[in-house]
Amino acid sequence: MLEIKNLHVKLEEEDKVILKGVNLTVEAGKVHAIMGPNGSGKSTLSYVLSGRDGYEVTEGSATLEGVELLEMEPEERAAAGLFLAFQYPVEIPGVGNMTFLRTAVNAQRKARGEEEMTAGEFLKVVREKAKQLKIDADMMKRPVNVGFSGGEKKRNEILQMAMLEPKMCILDETDSGLDVDAMKLVADGVNALRAEGRAFLVITHYQRLLDHIKPDVVHIMADGRIIKTGGPELALEVEHNGYANLLAEVQ
Amino acid sequence: MAVAQAKLDALEARLAVLSLPEGGWTGTARDEALARLRAMGLPGKRDEYWRYTNPESLTSATAGKAALFDAGGEAPLFDGIDRVKLVFVDGVFSADLSDDPAAAGVELLSRQSADIHWAQGLYGVLEARGQVPVARPLAALNTAAAAEGVLIRVTEKAAKPVNLIYLHQSETSDAILHHCIKIESGADLTILENGPGAARFNTVMEVELADGARFHHIRAQGRDHECRAVTHIFARLGAEALFKSFTLTANGVLTRNEAVLELTGDDAMAHVAGAAVGDGDFLHDDTVFVTHAAERCESRQVFKKVLKNGAVGVFQGKILVKPGAQKTDGYQISQSLLLDEDSQFLAKPELEIYADDVKCSHGSTSGAIDETALYYLRSRGVPLRQAQSLLVLAFLAEAIQEIEDEAIAEDIRSRLEGWLARHGQ
Repeated sequence: MLEIKNLHVKLEEEDKVILKGVNLTVEAGKVHAIMGPNGSGKSTLSYVLSGRDGYEVTEGSATLEGVELLEMEPEERAAAGLFLAFQYPVEIPGVGNMTFLRTAVNAQRKARGEEEMTAGEFLKVVREKAKQLKIDADMMKRPVNVGFSGGEKKRNEILQMAMLEPKMCILDETDSGLDVDAMKLVADGVNALRAEGRAFLVITHYQRLLDHIKPDVVHIMADGRIIKTGGPELALEVEHNGYANLLAEVQ
Repeated sequence: MAVAQAKLDALEARLAVLSLPEGGWTGTARDEALARLRAMGLPGKRDEYWRYTNPESLTSATAGKAALFDAGGEAPLFDGIDRVKLVFVDGVFSADLSDDPAAAGVELLSRQSADIHWAQGLYGVLEARGQVPVARPLAALNTAAAAEGVLIRVTEKAAKPVNLIYLHQSETSDAILHHCIKIESGADLTILENGPGAARFNTVMEVELADGARFHHIRAQGRDHECRAVTHIFARLGAEALFKSFTLTANGVLTRNEAVLELTGDDAMAHVAGAAVGDGDFLHDDTVFVTHAAERCESRQVFKKVLKNGAVGVFQGKILVKPGAQKTDGYQISQSLLLDEDSQFLAKPELEIYADDVKCSHGSTSGAIDETALYYLRSRGVPLRQAQSLLVLAFLAEAIQEIEDEAIAEDIRSRLEGWLARHGQ
């Protein structure tokens, strides 16, 4: 599904290299997790894949189902099936949440040459999915993420993911700022989307999210590289021993 | 201080090409306006309230040329609204293109007789009151010279909105319109105005709201890019009266909209809002003066401008709270979205307060499109231009929200979307 080869990335405005040769393959139907200490480049990887400004790819490639992502505009990547659940979902005053969601769904359909959803169809589907995530009608009417609590913002991200039905979902620290109940709700939302043709890349600091979203593969990232790859037990090892041992092992 | 000779010379040159109407019940008001005008002279760019907007093209003896706009296939504004249509072509009433004004209770200034008329207590009266403390010579010129306009008096809720449509057909037309609107106690009227009007357009609307009267005003102007306009609204509100005015300005090399609102009865409410979008050779100026002269009144000024390719936005807004106008609630916001570094926003917010128990707030900002919001929208699959368009409309939303009627608001929104599509946003 997603194949990253020897990816090197630096900041556009500074001479700071953040990713120093990332290699990663996520197969369809699988859940991969990336763990790592602060500043290891986890969030940068998610931004670069989704097409945020401010980064320069100096080497390497990233393909989604064999198609090069890094040359595309952010909206083209989304239409190709990539989705990033933001660590800090953005507030957009003046744009209603429902309008935003419907615009996004139909823009992607249009880009793929599919029929756009009618208002009625859309409303029916969104109500059903919002209900599962305990998102009430009032949250749908309010401007995008404005005045939402931390938990509401993250649930709203998952709702967008559920509506857009991407092939490759990247979750950037979706557990940050969530209490136990909210984390369960978000994890249930993600698990409901697990499917044969869909893959997940879950970025997190802590093992606890992975109790709810069970990964197939766990990668440890440090200093801009994947330094170790293993099964779910690797996450438990980090939880018990921290990153220090792993880092020492590599050096 | 004596008025500079140059201003008086400019005035005489301007008056020389106008044929001032004679006779009729407006005669005295016109003579008085002319006297006021001669004491002021025409505005010059060194006047305090014309520092950001050069009035030269508004005061010159004749109008500059303005090419006609090709609307393409765009539907006329307010087409789906059940309304009384009154059409002025280059400032002259067209009976052929209009609904019957008499059937809607509308009188025409051009058909005035010498008989005593209800509008004698209004024509030029609010304009004259509005000359203090800031002189508005182009409004006095309007009172002296206007031959056309409507006179509307309502005593109950009007059955339909009255739509004043201003067509621009001659490239050098120079039009002056003066409207008088009197809304009696408990009555309710909506006025819609749209169209560029003329190559050069000078309008005055005087609105008298009795106790408990309600007035809604929605206007769309600009369009024909080379047009110049100066408009004035003078309103006086009685107790518990409601005044709401919204203006959309899309293009126009020079537009100055003045609003002079006086809250004279307790618990009155006046809202004035504007959304302006300009690309290139565009100057848009909102000059507002709100006077609170009674208790517990509320006023809101909400002005938003979207500017690109060197467009200029001007806002001069004042709230004056007179002694004794306790519990006043005054709000003023003026913001601009600068789509590039060549555009400019000039704002002068003013508060002058002589009562001690009031709430007044004001804010003025200018900034660029939020890049993070843009990235967020694009990451969800919304193409760049559509995402920019959404954010521009979101920026203007607070002003558009001042329109109460949803169908009318939707019309204004779609007109804005058309502009954004044509201007590469």
